[in-house]
Amino acid sequence: MKKAFFVILSFIVTGRLAAQDNLLNALNDSMSASKTKTYVKGTFKATHIINAQSIEQPANGNLNFVIQHRFGQLNSGSYNFFGLDNATLRLGLEYGITDDLDVGVGRSSYLKTFDGYLKYKILKQTEREEMPVSVSILGSVTNYTQDIVGKDYLNAKYRTAYSAELLIARKFSSAFSLQVTPTFLHYNLVPTVADKNDVFAVSGGGRLKITKRMSINAEYNWLPSNQVVSTVRHDSWSLGWDIETGGHVFQLVFSNSQSMLPSQYITQTPGTWGKGDIFFGFNISRNFNLKKKR
Amino acid sequence: MKRILPAIVCFALALVRPADVFSQQRLSTRTGFVGFYSKTALEDIKAENNQVFAIVEPGTKKMAFSLLVKGFIFAKELMQEHFNENYVESDKYPKSTFSGIYTGDVDLTKDGVYKVTVKGDLTLHNVTKPVEAPATMEVKGGHLIGMAEFKAKPEDYNITIPSIVRDKIDKQMTVKVRIDCPITK
Repeated sequence: MKKAFFVILSFIVTGRLAAQDNLLNALNDSMSASKTKTYVKGTFKATHIINAQSIEQPANGNLNFVIQHRFGQLNSGSYNFFGLDNATLRLGLEYGITDDLDVGVGRSSYLKTFDGYLKYKILKQTEREEMPVSVSILGSVTNYTQDIVGKDYLNAKYRTAYSAELLIARKFSSAFSLQVTPTFLHYNLVPTVADKNDVFAVSGGGRLKITKRMSINAEYNWLPSNQVVSTVRHDSWSLGWDIETGGHVFQLVFSNSQSMLPSQYITQTPGTWGKGDIFFGFNISRNFNLKKKR
Repeated sequence: MKRILPAIVCFALALVRPADVFSQQRLSTRTGFVGFYSKTALEDIKAENNQVFAIVEPGTKKMAFSLLVKGFIFAKELMQEHFNENYVESDKYPKSTFSGIYTGDVDLTKDGVYKVTVKGDLTLHNVTKPVEAPATMEVKGGHLIGMAEFKAKPEDYNITIPSIVRDKIDKQMTVKVRIDCPITK
C-alpha cells in the first residue's frame, strides 16, 4: 500500500514539474506554428568570391570601397622578387541603391580599364526552404584605354566589352556556400574572324568557413572550347582566404589571372598554375553606412 | 482503511491537478518587444525585435518569453549579419528564452501601475543565466502591459568579441522589454 502511495505522490510531483515547463513549451509550440519568412544572409563574406562577383551586395545606403591588388607572377624570378616588384590594382566603389539593386564602378591598372555594373537580386533564399537558392543578375561594361602602339584604329567602341551574368547561389549551411554563374560576354572587337564576339562561360565558386570570421574560397572559370582560338589562354583558377573584422573584409588570393574583370580573366588568362604563373594578391573591402535606417 | 485513505486523497488530487493547471488564466502576446542597446564613443548599436512571444500566468505569477534571435533588426544591415553569423550564431542557436516568476501583487480587475520584480533564467547562445530586474505591470483598459529594463553582458553568454572591435561594443548591453497582453477570462 505504501508503494502505491509513493507512486501516486510522484505522479503529483511530476505533474507539477510538467506544469512549470508548460509555459515555455506552450510558447515554443505556438512559435514553431507561426511561419515568418526570413531570408538567408551572409552566403559569402565579400562581394567577390575571389575575382568573380558573389551574390553579396551592399545593402540600401551602404557604400563599399574595394581595393583589389595582384602582385606579379610567382615564377618571374628572384630579380623581380618572385612577382612582388610588380602590381596590378583595381579600385572599386559599390553602392546599394536599394537592398536589391546595387551599382558599381571601378578602374583597373591592367590595360587602364574602366568598368561599371548593375547587380539586381531576383530571388532570395529563405530559411524555411520555400526558396532554395538566391539568384541575381549582373550586367557590366568594360572599356580599356591603354594606348597600344600601331593600333590607332582602336576607338572607344572597339575597346568596349559587355558581360551578362546570372548568379545562382545557395548557402548549404552556415559554413558552406556554392555559386554557379553562367556568363555571356560580348566583345565589340576580337583579334581574328575565328574568334567569337559572343562568348559563353560558366564560373563556379564556393566557400568553406574555418572559423566564425574566416573562410577558404575557391573559384573556377570554365570557357568551352572553340570560342577563343587565336590566343593562348587557360581557364582561370583561384584560391582565397577571407578574414573579416567588423566592416572590413580582407581576402588573400592566389590566381593564375592577373586581371580582375570577367571580360579579361575568362578569355585572357595566358598562364597556368602548373607552370607557376601564379599571381598572389589581396582584396580589401570597407563598408560605409551612408544612410541610417529609421 | 486508514492506510488507504491518504492514497485515495492523493489519487483524487492527482486527477484534479491537471484540470487545475489547464484552467489557469494565461495572458499572452506574439508581438512583444525586446530591444538591446549599446552606447560607446565609437559606435551606437540598436537592435529591436517586435516578434516576441510571451505568456503570463497571473494565478501562479509565472511568465515565459521566447524569441527568434534572427528577428532582431539593426540600424545597420552589416551589423545584423555579423550579429547572427559571428556573435549569437543564430543558425545553431535560433531561440532566446526567458522563464521565471514575478513577485508583487497585480490586480487585473483594477486599472493601475504595479511595481514588481521579475526573476528567472535567460537563455541565449545556449547559455542560461539567472536574471533579476525591477519591472512594472500596468493594467489599463483590459490590457496588461509589462515593462522591464536590465543589463546583460555578452561575455556571460559565451559571446566572444574580438579585441579589435571590443571598444565599439558596450561592456553591458541595456535590454528593454515591453509586452502588451489583452486580459482574457
